[in-house]
Amino acid sequence: MGRYQFFGYRRENGRVGIRNHVVILPLDDLSNAAAEAVANNIKGTLALPHAYGRLQFGEDLELHFRTLIGTGCNPNVAACVVIGIEPGWTGRIVDGIAKTGKPVAGFAIEGNGDISTIANASRKAREFVQWASEKQRESCSIEELFVSTKCGESDTTSGLGSCPTVGNLIDKLDPLGATTCFGETSELTGAEVVCASRAATKEIGEKFMQVFRAYQEVIERHKTSDLSESQPTKGNIAGGLTTIEEKAFGNFQKIGKKAKFIDVLKPAETPAKGPGLYYMDTSSAAAECVTLQAAAGFVVHLFPTGQGNVIGNPIEPVIKLTANPKTARTMSEHIDLDVSGILRREMTMDQAGDQLIDIMLRTCNGRLTCAEALGHREFVMTKLYQSA
Amino acid sequence: METHFIVHDKADTVGVMVVENAQPGQELTGWIMETDETIALKALDAVPLGHKIALREIKSGDTVLKYGHDVGRAVAAIGKGNHVHVHNMKTKRW
Repeated sequence: MGRYQFFGYRRENGRVGIRNHVVILPLDDLSNAAAEAVANNIKGTLALPHAYGRLQFGEDLELHFRTLIGTGCNPNVAACVVIGIEPGWTGRIVDGIAKTGKPVAGFAIEGNGDISTIANASRKAREFVQWASEKQRESCSIEELFVSTKCGESDTTSGLGSCPTVGNLIDKLDPLGATTCFGETSELTGAEVVCASRAATKEIGEKFMQVFRAYQEVIERHKTSDLSESQPTKGNIAGGLTTIEEKAFGNFQKIGKKAKFIDVLKPAETPAKGPGLYYMDTSSAAAECVTLQAAAGFVVHLFPTGQGNVIGNPIEPVIKLTANPKTARTMSEHIDLDVSGILRREMTMDQAGDQLIDIMLRTCNGRLTCAEALGHREFVMTKLYQSA
Repeated sequence: METHFIVHDKADTVGVMVVENAQPGQELTGWIMETDETIALKALDAVPLGHKIALREIKSGDTVLKYGHDVGRAVAAIGKGNHVHVHNMKTKRW
């Protein structure tokens, strides 16, 4: 055991979680009502309503399945009840989650109606939640931990303080074998060549550039302006960020100075090359990005904010840090770690990184984040294009 | 000594205000993170917390440098000590 340990839940497939959720997962928008009714019936379960799942096709449909199956597979989930309008695709989600070895059961509404589906699913959920409640935490090491990062409502203090604090943590934990992930493809615009140079090999760098160019093509095809007020957002601009290039270099501070990324993941794709830093092709919208990272199996999230993005995620706890003294003062109930001392030169980056490691390990041990305490559970599926 | 603005890189042409109430005409103290140097600058505008201040004269069309990198272009003449933001600076992308 190394210097950094935490107490987590070791799952059937060996992966380690830091929360012990029993999830009620709807396959599609139609099944939200039943899923929420089950979660209301059975205390300690968690419904994840979302907007999609009907008439999707091609890569967009694959992403829908990958996100839902990945969410159920996340080691922060002890067991899962899946509810869908019909049994075929419901079963596909169940079979995907069952590969982890965790308890999972599916229920379909057609031919049964909501009320009997809710009754049957509630009986199973009751069984799962009592079973899960007896799971015990055990000592785990840092190389068993999957950490994701994404920033939001950034301002210039993000690039000065909160993002490089995450970078300092990654510089320290990467050599120890942690698995980490960053994304936000559009938000590397201007810094893409520097980002590509941080790939572990030339081939991985080129894979990143392909993903980057594909995203630029989407923006070029649909844009009606220079995206000012969208990317950067109104909040970014209020905080002093002027251009996407400036925002990109601030964002990029999150991967620190040393670590090289060892693969480029599709949205919600599970890392398969072992410990190390991964890049994931994601939107830069906070809830979309974190939902994809949680679906890829990341269990704890580091979220630098400048102006005060309030996001949470139902599956992986979101730890917020800010270097903006005004945000730390006016939105303190959202901020898990205040690193504004960096701007006053009262705190070094090294000290800030150590404080972030400390609050992260305490969160892994069970401490609720601000977003958890406030009930932020933004579960937002990424949709690639229109449904059929 | 209070630090009023921070500069990422020695090559940068803008710094970031880290205090909330800087006034026009105020003599400011800045810190260059890369080299750990202290510099002085007179503010020409009231630059809000987190907003950029020009460290030298920047001509319209010039590249603005921050993090030692190209982060956009000036679209108006900017004087040393002026506020730099969407009114006088734009992206080169999109």
